[in-house]
Amino acid sequence: MAASAAARTSIGLTLRFHRVIPDCSKCPLYRLKSCTSNRANPQRRSSFNSFRTMNRHLQTSKCNSNSEDPDDVVNVVFIDRSGKRIPVKGKTGDNVLFLAHKHGIELEGACEASLACSTCHVYVSAAHFDKLPEPEEREDDMLDMAPMLQENSRLACQIVLTPDLDGIELTLPKVTRNFYVDGHVPKPH
Amino acid sequence: PWLLIPFPRSHPKVCIVGSGPAGFYTAQHLLKAHQNVQVDVYERLPVPFGLVRFGVAPDHPEVKNVINTFTQTAKHPRCSFYGNVNVGEDVSVDELQEAYHAIVLSYGAEGNRSVGVPGEDLPGVYSAKDFVGWYNGLPSCQELRPDLSCETAVILGQGNVALDVARILLSPLDALKKTDITQPALEALAQSRVCRVLIVGRRGPMQVASTIKELREMVNLPGTRPEMVAADFDGVAEALKDLPRPRKRLTELMLKTALEMPTEKEQERRKKASRIWGFRFFRSPVEILAEPGCNRVAGVRLAVNKLEGSGEKAQAVLTGEVEDVPCGLVISSIGYRSLPIDPTVPFDSRRAIVPNSMGRVHNAAGLYCSGWLKTGPTGVIATTMNSSFDTARSLLEDVESGKLDVSSAKPGSHMISSLLEKRGVKPVTFSDWEKIDDLETRRGEVSGKPREKILTVAAMLKVARG
Repeated sequence: MAASAAARTSIGLTLRFHRVIPDCSKCPLYRLKSCTSNRANPQRRSSFNSFRTMNRHLQTSKCNSNSEDPDDVVNVVFIDRSGKRIPVKGKTGDNVLFLAHKHGIELEGACEASLACSTCHVYVSAAHFDKLPEPEEREDDMLDMAPMLQENSRLACQIVLTPDLDGIELTLPKVTRNFYVDGHVPKPH
Repeated sequence: PWLLIPFPRSHPKVCIVGSGPAGFYTAQHLLKAHQNVQVDVYERLPVPFGLVRFGVAPDHPEVKNVINTFTQTAKHPRCSFYGNVNVGEDVSVDELQEAYHAIVLSYGAEGNRSVGVPGEDLPGVYSAKDFVGWYNGLPSCQELRPDLSCETAVILGQGNVALDVARILLSPLDALKKTDITQPALEALAQSRVCRVLIVGRRGPMQVASTIKELREMVNLPGTRPEMVAADFDGVAEALKDLPRPRKRLTELMLKTALEMPTEKEQERRKKASRIWGFRFFRSPVEILAEPGCNRVAGVRLAVNKLEGSGEKAQAVLTGEVEDVPCGLVISSIGYRSLPIDPTVPFDSRRAIVPNSMGRVHNAAGLYCSGWLKTGPTGVIATTMNSSFDTARSLLEDVESGKLDVSSAKPGSHMISSLLEKRGVKPVTFSDWEKIDDLETRRGEVSGKPREKILTVAAMLKVARG
């Protein structure tokens, strides 16, 4: 009981941390310049480059997953680094990285979905891996940099939900403590 | 978070030294996992973000998006930024330990590895660290004024920094004009006569430290064509099948660029290209040469190597042969190097890191480290992120177990602020930085650049105080 209460509190606190300062640069409405909020506008300049280099798939994603239409719903399960299963409801067209952020899943997106980092690396459930479109060369190039690359590795920022991905499970790689002990192979920079 | 401390009773105060990715990712993780921790980030320069601002190439703006994440962290109610504070000079680590429950050292690697050959100090020889700092606006590198009046440049080292330097030297000016490269660097490059860049490494194609994204950028760089030595690739095609995927894809691209007959379209493109780049393998510098009577670099003497062993562990062994390559610019890109900033902090000068286990500094209670200072100067932002989360986790484990005693209150920034005031040091707050940020961005708009960087500490402070 106490453990689940603590878990709920922790997710709440995590969400609250994310919401303390709204991060407009992560919101597709802002990126599409559809956001009418005044507070978003002064920051627009600094995200200009990220908008220009954004993958065009993101333009179809929507910020608000509160639609009542059941046909639209795509069930996703995130499995976090401690092995905990976190089921969430997404919608067709949702970008999986932004969906993760919306639900406080600990998936970084350092370059904000511009294929310039590998921090949103996930493993895709076998049943759904082949349903995803082939990665473009740039995604493969960035995946090459991710530690513990597997056959079913993808970058979450490149996964857009479709109905046939219902039930997809995305596992966050456990970056083990042993990764940095003496003798590890230096990575390029 | 991997480790969450729900309902903590303590109010730990943590000080982080260095505001690059290591500092900010450590702060981020601590703030998320412990609901009472106060994190103060100290930075020597008036401006934050470390190598994200001063190391990442100007034509890689997406990599800099991470600044938005760091900004969010800096503006967290339990986080404070103190710029313009030199730890080791303005305040000692001992004093920080008095004020805070824990210190995380994340000040990176500001030195560079020396090649260690005669002629290294000749005019015309620069470290990649300084060259990159120069075009990225690092105040201490603004007097570099590299001489770009020669045709051939030799870069020693074959990692991503070497490729960044080659790309900036050979990029069409139009591409650079819209980036945040500094105005003086842009003007110098506009006058540059450098049209051939050789990127030299001790070992072979299968040992290059660079990665495929950066190699692809060179292969596709408009106005340039590749020039490689086919014999350097003997045996490589046969070895491909056993390579792990990242190394395999990288090597395949190199092979294709070096050996494959280009398409007609590519042949046309290459014919029109006026700038050349290429890898030179199995070569170690033994001397940097000057023209007799002239105190400037005129060439590099390279020893020819052969490889013993294979894969990542292959060793370069001298064959006794040497060859001289004429050039007017030498840039050594063989690695950054951390420096000790305070005598009380343990430092391993052989490996140039602070000795630690999982971020806990050896023989120094309450001291932690993250980033390049912890693991050595390699890794991209993602690597540093994982390393920083690890260090934060070690610190939190120690809080939980009592190994780190946070039971008694500590004065934190109150004590340090009054010390600094007595010493005439005025910290730059995060909102002071935002004034600098705002001015740089507005100045950039005038010329269609994301920002026009302010290039001296004095000018930065003037804007911060204004």
